[in-house]
Parts: sequence; C-alpha cells; structure tokens
Amino acid sequence: MPGMQTTTKPPEMRQAIVTLDGVTKRFPGIIANDRVDLVIRAGEVHVLLGENGAGKSTLIGMLSGLQQPDEGRILIDGKAMPIRSPSHALSLGIGTVFQHNMLVPSLTVAENLALGGKWWQKPRLGELAARVDEIARPLGININLDAVVSDLSLGEQQQVEIVRALLRNSRLLILDEATSMLTPQGIAELGALMRRLVERGLAVVFITHKLGEAAEFGDRVSVLKLGRKVGEIGPDRLRSLEHDELVDEIVSKMFGRNAGDGAISIPDRPANDEALLAVRDLRVLPGKDTSGLEAISFMVGRGEILGVAGIDGNGQKQLAEALAGQRRTDGGSVTLAGRSLDGLDVGKRRELGLRYLTDDRLGEGTVGTFPVSINYFLKQIGEPPFWRSGIEHSREINTHARDLTRQFDVRTPSLSTPVGRLSGGNIQKVLIARELAEGARAVIFNKPTYGLDLANTQATRQRIRDVAGQGLAVLLISTDLEELLSMCHRIAVMSQGRLVGTIANGAGAGERVGRLMIGLAA
Amino acid sequence: MGGFLSETFLAALLFGAITAAIPLLLAGLGEQMSEKAGVLNIGIEGMMIAGAYAGFLGAYYSGSFWLGFATGAAAGILVAALMALLCVRLGLNQIVIGIALTLGLEGLTALLHHFQFSRSYPRLPAAQVTPIPLLAEIPVFGPALFRHHLIVYLAVAAVFAMIWVYRRTQLGLNLQAAGDKPAALDVAGIDVVRTRTAAVLFTGGMAGLGGAYLANVGAGLFIPFITNGAGFLGIVLAMLARGRPLWVLAGALIFGGCLSLTTAAQVAGINVPTDVIQMVPFLAVMAMLVLFGRRASLPAALGIPYERGAR
Repeated sequence: MPGMQTTTKPPEMRQAIVTLDGVTKRFPGIIANDRVDLVIRAGEVHVLLGENGAGKSTLIGMLSGLQQPDEGRILIDGKAMPIRSPSHALSLGIGTVFQHNMLVPSLTVAENLALGGKWWQKPRLGELAARVDEIARPLGININLDAVVSDLSLGEQQQVEIVRALLRNSRLLILDEATSMLTPQGIAELGALMRRLVERGLAVVFITHKLGEAAEFGDRVSVLKLGRKVGEIGPDRLRSLEHDELVDEIVSKMFGRNAGDGAISIPDRPANDEALLAVRDLRVLPGKDTSGLEAISFMVGRGEILGVAGIDGNGQKQLAEALAGQRRTDGGSVTLAGRSLDGLDVGKRRELGLRYLTDDRLGEGTVGTFPVSINYFLKQIGEPPFWRSGIEHSREINTHARDLTRQFDVRTPSLSTPVGRLSGGNIQKVLIARELAEGARAVIFNKPTYGLDLANTQATRQRIRDVAGQGLAVLLISTDLEELLSMCHRIAVMSQGRLVGTIANGAGAGERVGRLMIGLAA
Repeated sequence: MGGFLSETFLAALLFGAITAAIPLLLAGLGEQMSEKAGVLNIGIEGMMIAGAYAGFLGAYYSGSFWLGFATGAAAGILVAALMALLCVRLGLNQIVIGIALTLGLEGLTALLHHFQFSRSYPRLPAAQVTPIPLLAEIPVFGPALFRHHLIVYLAVAAVFAMIWVYRRTQLGLNLQAAGDKPAALDVAGIDVVRTRTAAVLFTGGMAGLGGAYLANVGAGLFIPFITNGAGFLGIVLAMLARGRPLWVLAGALIFGGCLSLTTAAQVAGINVPTDVIQMVPFLAVMAMLVLFGRRASLPAALGIPYERGAR
C-alpha cells in the first residue's frame, strides 16, 4: 500500500487513529457499553477480549457506523467525529470484517469487491484484478476473483473481506470474532496476516473471546466485561509477562468477581443424595449447521443445581433438547429416578417429571397469539380435565390459570391477553408455571434470565433456588458465569459438544471454570 | 375458411400474440427489477391500471400516442413512489401494501372514468405502425411480427438493455446485492433504501408504460379494470424468469399467444367456445409453474424490509 511507513516508534508514541472517549450505548433494558475509553493506534493489534454480552459487538457497531453512541465521543485522528453510516466509516478509513460475513453469495469475488462503486460507473474488473494482486500477494493471500462466493470456504471468504477493506485504503481493520469459524490452521494464518498488516502501519482491532488468541496475536489487550472496560494490558507489560502470568491476569479481569455482582446464595441440599437425573455417554451427531454432542455423562442429585457453562453455541441447546426428547440422539442413555427415558417422546418424558424451559420463549415456548390461559396448558392440549372428548372446558382452564397466575405472580391484564403482549419476564413466569406444574422431578433451564431485566432476573433465580430446595434436580444452562457461580452446587463446562470438566462451586471456581471455557486446563 | 393451420389464423395469432405480449413483457421486466432488488411488488397491477388510465387521457386529449405513453409511465412512477415510501423507506408489509394499491387504483380509475366519460367509451384512432423495411415484406410473418408501433421494438430492446445492466454495470451489482444481501451493500457504502427505491420506481414506469400500451394500442380505449390481471401475470413471469430478462420475453410471448387465441380463432372463423379459449392462458400459467416454478430461486432478502443493524 503506497504511503504507509512501517512503524518502529515506541508503543505509546504510536499515532492514535481512533479514540473512544467515555462512549455509552444503551438498549432497552441493558447498557451495552458503559463509559468505554479506548485508544486504537497505528501499528498495533489491539485485542478486545470479553465473554458473550460483554459489549464487543456493540462497540464494533459504533466504530463501523451501524450504531450511534448515546453518550461520549469518538475521535478520529484526534478530532471529534461522529461516524454517521457504514459508508462514512469507510471513507474515514475504518474497514470492518463482521462476524457474519458481508459478501453477496450469488456474486463472484470480483463483483463483490467492486460493490460500492457509483452506480453509473462500469465496474472496472481488470483494474481491480491488478490492485487486488498488488495488495494480496505481499500478504500471502491467494484469491480467485472469478469464483462465486458461495463456493468459497469461510476462511477464504474472510480473506476476501480483508482484501476488500484494504482496497478501500483502510487504516484501521476491525476483525469481529474472526476466528470463530476457522480451522486451527486458518487461525494461525490469520494471525500471521494480522502481523504483516500492522508491520505496514495499519491498526488492527481483533475481537475474540479466546484468551489464547489474545495472548498470541495481541500487542495490546483490552478486557470488556458487562459493557465496561475492566482492564488494559499495554505492549510493554504484555511482553514482560510470562504466558501463564498473563493468562492469570486476564482471567481474573474477565471472570473475577467484583463487589456488588449479585448475592451468592446456594440452596442447602437435602442429606439424601440419590442421583435423580443420570446421563451416560449421550451422543448426537453434528447436523449441517449445528454442533453435535459427544460422550456427555453427568448426574444431578435431589436438590442439586448443576450448572452448564460455556461460550454460546457449544452444544448447550442440543444437550437440553436431547434430554427433553426434542432431538434425536445417536447413542447413550438418560435415566430419571431409575427409569430409563430412552426412546420416549417429549410428552412421555414430561409426564415422568422431566421438564424443559427453553431459551426461545416466544418461538418455541409459547404461542404468542394464544391467551395466557391456554399457554399454561399448551403441553396438555386435548387432555382432561381441560379438554374432554375434544371439547375445551374454559371454566376448568380459567380456574387453574387464575391459580397459576397468582402463585407465580404473572403480571397480565387478563387471562385472555395474548401471551406475546407480555414482557419477557412475565412470559418466562408463564413458562415456569407450566413446567413446574404437578409431577416435576428434574428441570432443565436453558438461559433462564437471558434478556430479562434485573428484577425479573433476581426473581427467576430465586425461583430456581426454590425449585432445588424442594428436592428437584436442576440443570441450569447459562452463558452468564456470574449467574452460575451465584447459585450452582457444581458447574460443568461445555466446549464443542463435550463436557470438558466439572468444578465444585466455591472459592476460585470462577477462574477455573473460566479457564475451561476458553480452552485451558482448569 | 381454413382451420388452425391457415395463413389467416397464423397471421392473426402472431400479431395478436405480440400485441398481448407487450404489456406483459413491460410489466414482467419491471417486476423483475424490483424483485432483483428485494422488493416483491404486488402493487404492479395498480401501477398498470393507473398507467392505462393516465396514458389514455394523455393520448385522448393531446392526440399524441407518445404523450400518452409519457403520462402513463408518469402515473406508474407516481404510484410506485407511494409504494417505495411505504414499503422501502417505512418498511411496511409489501404484500399488504401491494394489494391495497392494486384494489385502490382499480376503484379510483373506474370512478374517475365514470365522472369523466359517464357511460361512454371514446376510442382513439388506430395507432400508427412503423413497419421494418424488408422484414415486413415476408409473407405471413412479416406483417404479423414487423408491423407494430415503435414502442413494441423499444420494449424488445429493453430486454437486451436490462441484460446489459445486470451483467455489465455497477448498477446491476448493486441491485443484486440489495436483493440477496442488503447488509453487504450497506457496509459497502451504498444506500440500500435508495437502490431499492430506484428499482421500484423503474417498475412503476414500466408498468405504467405497459398499461398505456394496453389501453391505447391494444384496445384503443379505456374501460375500467382493463388490465384484467396483466400485472399479476407480470409477477408470474418475473418469478419464473429468476432474474433473466430473456426468459421474461419468452414467457410473455407464450402467454400473449394464449391470450390472442380467442381473437385469432374468431378471425379465422374457427368455432370453439370462447370460454374454453379464455381458460388457456391460465392453464399455461399453471403448466409453466409446474414445469419451471419448482426450481425458481428468488433473491434471499425478497420481501424483507431492510433495517440497518438488525440481524
């Protein structure tokens, strides 16, 4: 790239390209970014590290012009400059490679690269080929301009996007979760590529939740947690620390508990420790776009809360669905109170006392347009006493529904209100009421507090503790480690469809679970 | 008189097929542009009827067919602007708005026509044809294919112009991206709403032109509901053609041939009940859908309003 000098200046002297100054972004119910300060310098790979929900994507959204901050300023080359739109971001030299790729699958690579030209111009494909060659060759990227994008691997598509950003003379390249879909070899190649880019004086922002990559590729690491920047490790410190020390420091920043993170209250367990729910060697073959399950074994005792931690999408949903009978398994066994559930359908498992609260409350858990009352009994439609000979008995339904509404404190204008009009917290209460109804022995909660406000989150957590206190077995799947630490007896960690370890909750458990989550030994 | 293979029948069928195909072709090409950009334009029937009425008024009062085409296209664009505002900018449901526009404009044009002309249906003089030298002299086929109003040749030329736009221009890339992955177009720095709006306006112009041709050249007069589903057939053509203008042309000719069977049969003195023949185009639609419709792959974002930052 013409006009770019290699940077050999000491780290703090490097030129700041983009500066975030107290940037805050709110969405209904949550603060996605809370007064974040960040300096992005030329010649540096700046890693943004954080868990799901730490606010990484929102930060990228604001840098790429998709979203506007509610408070605070963004400075470009030291001057305050609101980034109004994606095209404005591009013209400021900020190129973004999004987690979900932004290529048109039906067009060729060349056509995708030409996208964005003025509509009255002819795409100059020949000229483009020369420029792509000039940019890609020194970086060791080899792309076929005539290939249709949908025929390329995800790694190749990502290279196309990086080249596209460079074609636009980007000075800052943002890579959002760029390694999440790559093979280990692809990740190593990307790391080398980032290195070559910063040597040419570019700034790279690399977003990841994997600590190993942060330590390996980063010149500077900023840690985000629940929307706040909780730490930054500069190049000097990064170099002086031993790998293990660095990991320890970052882990404590990412997963360490702060004062006021929510009370820890782990319910007492009854002395009787029989295993209520036992899973052995459960196996689900991977689907086309879903991960499978491999050799999952665990037991949950009476009154025990077993947490399942892990980065989203590592098979948690598949596990929950396989247990509930919603997903075909390819091996292994599940027993509930000594009775085998293998081969039983959803209804039978429910009858025997295994209950599942889905994380997809509106799509899968309820029928939004049906009244609250019917939604309480969705899984009993056609069964007495609510239905007799195929006829709905409204009085019976309403009497029971009224009881449940009172008992579970569901705030609804009336029993006939469509459930979809209620708030997330109240829909969750309807689901809980339904699943805990008579005969429950083991309950699977999948991300029960996801998207709820604080009051409903607390109420739901208390409800789960109460359930365990009554002697039921609870499997609590959550991506919120704080939540698991605040209420589980033991925490199992899922990674790529396997349970990679189970940690007894207690002092230091957070760090140990955190290490397992990001692929290190506990 | 001869049967189905007589020269009279053949000439009448071919001439009628072209005349009936042109409105379908214009509508189909227009619709294709909207669909390519990701907008399912159900309101095209309404744009056509608006074009038919405005086109007829323009030609009737000015005496110029070209002015009629201009007013017809303008009316189509006006309706399309409303659709673009509601569906592209405000992101309302494209199907509901499309149906509303169609029903509303069918009613409105019928009402306006009634106020203007009461129950009389004034006719325009026959449209002036431009025979193509030499080709028009070929027996049977010459007069049927090469003695038409100039706009007919322009409509066929539009097919090739559109192929060029899709394959060779930046605009073509932008349109396809807007339909297949609008977010990619947005982050590439092109305004998705503007791209889609332009496509919808083009649809309106083509539909208006088609309506004006239908009234002024095809029928020579305006009667309420004159489009009689031609816009919807245009949607069918666009769906079947999957973004390829040549297929729209082929489809329009097949449907046009079916539509002209009735007239051609009468001209040739063949005695088949009209009701039977009038069913033919619709049987053809079903047959074509069964044959080609299953493989139809439409733009991924068709019918989905674009909202920046939504996932």
